[in-house]
Amino acid sequence: MSLPSATVRPPAFPANWASRIGWIGLALYTLYATSILNLTWARFVTGLDNGAKFLARMFPPNFAPDKLDLIATGMLESIQIAILATFFGVLLSLPLGLAAARNLAPGWLSWSARGLIAVFRSFHPVIVSILFVKAVGFGALAGILALIVSSMGFVSKLFAEVVEEMSPKQVEAVRATGANFWNVLIFAVMPQVMARFVGLSVYQLDSNLRNSTMVGIVGGGGIGAPLFTAYQRFDYDVVLTILLCIIGLILMTEMVSNRIRRIFQ
Amino acid sequence: MSGAVLHSGAPRVWQRFTPGQRIARSLLYIVTAIAVVWSIKTIEIIPEFLYDAPEQTADLFKRMWPFDWAFYPKAIHHALIETFHIATLGTILAIVLALPLSFLAARNFTRNPVLNFVAQFIFVSSRSVNSLIWALLFVAVFGPGALSGVLSIAFRSIGFVGKLFGEALEEAQRGPIEALTAAGAPRSMVLAKGYWPQVEPAFWSVALLRWDINIRESAVLGLVGAGGIGVALDAALNNLYWDQVGLILAVIFAVVIVTEIVTSTIRKRII
Repeated sequence: MSLPSATVRPPAFPANWASRIGWIGLALYTLYATSILNLTWARFVTGLDNGAKFLARMFPPNFAPDKLDLIATGMLESIQIAILATFFGVLLSLPLGLAAARNLAPGWLSWSARGLIAVFRSFHPVIVSILFVKAVGFGALAGILALIVSSMGFVSKLFAEVVEEMSPKQVEAVRATGANFWNVLIFAVMPQVMARFVGLSVYQLDSNLRNSTMVGIVGGGGIGAPLFTAYQRFDYDVVLTILLCIIGLILMTEMVSNRIRRIFQ
Repeated sequence: MSGAVLHSGAPRVWQRFTPGQRIARSLLYIVTAIAVVWSIKTIEIIPEFLYDAPEQTADLFKRMWPFDWAFYPKAIHHALIETFHIATLGTILAIVLALPLSFLAARNFTRNPVLNFVAQFIFVSSRSVNSLIWALLFVAVFGPGALSGVLSIAFRSIGFVGKLFGEALEEAQRGPIEALTAAGAPRSMVLAKGYWPQVEPAFWSVALLRWDINIRESAVLGLVGAGGIGVALDAALNNLYWDQVGLILAVIFAVVIVTEIVTSTIRKRII
């Protein structure tokens, strides 16, 4: 075997022109989109000036007792919305996810379930809650229904993927004993996927808590309504108090959900 | 549990969980049941609104159809393009801001617990505040318009991108990095040729995933004045032009489906 002459060694890291062109394209797009959206430095700087005033009006946060009362009611309602939406959403995702799994359900069923999930997933919870506010009126129920829909979209999609990834051996073994469909489900499928399902549900509780603070902006109940009212009345100190409460709540749930996930691992 | 029943000659009892695990699980079930019952009992639902819910729903769909197609060229098309740019620019800005932070957060790259903590803290606060609430804040600061939208998308995404990319960095193998360091490569070269090739797939997958989410989120930012198709939606809702609302929802649905197809195709191609 003859070695190539030592003088023309190939470079250790040859230039990758395709990726360079890609990066240049991305940079050009950024410039183009910035000009289309009319984002100028001058506007940004004026905004910073505004921002200083805004922050000055936010501090110190308002801890007046009547405001705290209002906030506590709103936060409690947000938590209730999140709990109920997660409970019913997860309960409904169980059959929907199984129906969407291609290794268990017949083709027509899995495709229609997948279509339904795609519809549920594509709309932001706030848009869904606008529709439910029209259908069932203002209040917590609209928020709960909207978050049930978005929970079903998320949990059943991932649950279907989990079911599709499970080992077929146990299903075949249970089926070989002459078990009917329900027994296969309970003794072969659920033990394999239950831990992941609980994990998904806990994650959804987290995300529902985040979203339940928002549905109030369009009339779906929860802390969003007092937040939006305070914002529109320029009570920025109350806005800050509410934001602090929301961040505290979410940090707490993150800790709790980590604990729950560890129990079910 | 082992050994306790061996000498008695009785068949050994196998249990899947330890007593502690069983207690923890049962407690969790009980707490869940209590939480659900408490929520149902105490939540305020106005039953009077429910009596005519079926009629209201039927009315909603009747008013939506047929769509007001003439509205698309008039107002939706421009707003749709704006939404797309807001989502994409916001994602790019988020990546630009999150990349340095994720290097600070990766414990194998930055060996300073204080800096790690600061980066983690920024990620957590970015993720806890919803994009719509970020939009409220930015609209108050920069006024209504696309600038607020881009910034709120970016600030909401920093935590997501930074956290996932930081975790990918922490999983990078030490071999290539040590080899480059031993050969005397400067730090920038170690970054570009040691870390980057290992984390590039994770980077693109996180960026695409977030872009997909941001397209959905940018559609609602306009409800609080942060630009895009949400502004048109808000106007149509306030005027009770349900045929326009229906068209806007259909357009959003189409865009989200197209985005999902595009991202899954790209993901298959490059990852």
